[in-house]
Amino acid sequence: MSDLLKDPLILRQIIMDHYEYPRNHHLVEDETYHKAHMASESCIDDITVMAKIENNVIQDVCFDGIACTISTASTSIMSELLIGKTLEEATAIIAEYYKMVELLPYDEEMLQEAIAFHQVGKQANRIKCATIGFKAIETCIKEHKHDQ
Amino acid sequence: MFEVGKIRQDFPFLMKAEQSVPQLVYLDNAATTLKPQSVIDAVVRYYTDSSVNIHRGDYALSYEVSNAYEAVRKTVSKFIQCEPNEVVFTSGASAALNLVAYGYAEKVLKPNDVILMSEAEHASNVLPWFRVAEKTGAKIEYLPLDEQGVLTVEGFKEALHDKVKIVTLAHVSNVLGSVVPIKTITELTHQNGAIIVVDGAQSVPHTKTLVKDWDVDFLAFAGHKLLSPTGIGVLYGKFNLLQQMDPFLLGGGSNARFDKHGHVVLKNPPFKFEAGTPAIEGVLGLDAAIQYIEAIGFESIEKHELELKGYTIDKLKQFKHIKLYNEKAQSGIIAFNVKGIPTQDVAAYLSSLGVMVRAGNHCAKLLSEIIHTQETVRASINFYNTKAEMDIFIDALKDITLEKCIDLIF
Repeated sequence: MSDLLKDPLILRQIIMDHYEYPRNHHLVEDETYHKAHMASESCIDDITVMAKIENNVIQDVCFDGIACTISTASTSIMSELLIGKTLEEATAIIAEYYKMVELLPYDEEMLQEAIAFHQVGKQANRIKCATIGFKAIETCIKEHKHDQ
Repeated sequence: MFEVGKIRQDFPFLMKAEQSVPQLVYLDNAATTLKPQSVIDAVVRYYTDSSVNIHRGDYALSYEVSNAYEAVRKTVSKFIQCEPNEVVFTSGASAALNLVAYGYAEKVLKPNDVILMSEAEHASNVLPWFRVAEKTGAKIEYLPLDEQGVLTVEGFKEALHDKVKIVTLAHVSNVLGSVVPIKTITELTHQNGAIIVVDGAQSVPHTKTLVKDWDVDFLAFAGHKLLSPTGIGVLYGKFNLLQQMDPFLLGGGSNARFDKHGHVVLKNPPFKFEAGTPAIEGVLGLDAAIQYIEAIGFESIEKHELELKGYTIDKLKQFKHIKLYNEKAQSGIIAFNVKGIPTQDVAAYLSSLGVMVRAGNHCAKLLSEIIHTQETVRASINFYNTKAEMDIFIDALKDITLEKCIDLIF
């Protein structure tokens, strides 16, 4: 990805946009979805992520709840990033995201807009916020594999 | 003469905080308080000069430490106006409230009896009662509160009925700082034939506590919110109630004798509740803390804290982007939100400017329906805070924006 995208102003814009207009921001009444409620991560964030996984592909991801800017924006970005991906692709992307958050070398192409959080690892107290949605989708994937 | 500048010199943390860049401003006093040198010294002195166990009078040093430890019961009893044998040392306010719930309430409650509480209660004064209700078949009922989380005497009267056996309330709410008129509430509770349990965690450090004058049955507080070390708290209970109450922890120190057939003779209160080696350093630290507070005096403490709160509220009221939740509360707690910015982001932003506050639901998870918000930011004042510190806090909030909060991660 170009250096332009490392411009803090642009990255901030991405986060603002996903916070103010979060994508896939709803829940569904559908038994075929897997559901992960993330309330224990901190005293504040309380979000639920739902995912529909079929034929080894993440067909849909949606979420709702109370969360800070970082949690909301990162979960919104995660939902867009993972819809339509195979489980292998999704798992690889999640692993890459965690590398970035830990400030290790990572593949920018794979992470797309999620690179907005490439510096979040410097604020140790916000790492939980930036990973809460990713942790939730991991739980959904695990549940799906367990059910298979 | 109350001189905050002089008082601050007694707190090593504050001396360091003033030298930090940016200056650190501690406004999370409802969570825990900073410690004066005299408290730190009391703890260190114990470990340096007399680091032995208590209640083993076979050698002189243990005898001396035991005396010092027991003398603190007297200090506490004078501090809250009760008898020394009505002071039970616990690990904190949570342990004290749990002790009343399992040791007393579980023993006396019958199915369909009612435990009356408010939705502003801290988890430590909710969850033990949920469990007691489950075990005894008693029911939980909630008192009506207004939009600033305030309990009215009229509302309390209406909530009382002959099934109410236990009333449990925080004297001062940890979220909204609202003050319960405890003497009147206690009188009404007793007229109803019930007993009252008071969570004094947020009140005992800031205002004079008079358990006999108020006639409350139980009162819990934590040492660490009162300049003391962590791990020490107090349960006050009327002696006859303490006699009826069972310990929920058994072990050395709580029994007089026992045999292999399971016959156990427990000691009298308060000792039957204090099994195991207690937090000796905590008790000695609490002693120093109470002495420190009393030397300043609650009159000066309350006046200063309310002045600072009033000053801050007046300034924050001028900011259109700030929503205040408890302007009227007569305590040093300020509950607010910045419109359009989640609490955690506000707290992180303030932290980047050196200001320490708390964000979230403050363990009072039932309150959201009353004040129509899931979360608040809480700034809580103690007597060592200054106008200059409040100005740093106010200035930080003056031009806070969502963009600035997000920029913290770049």
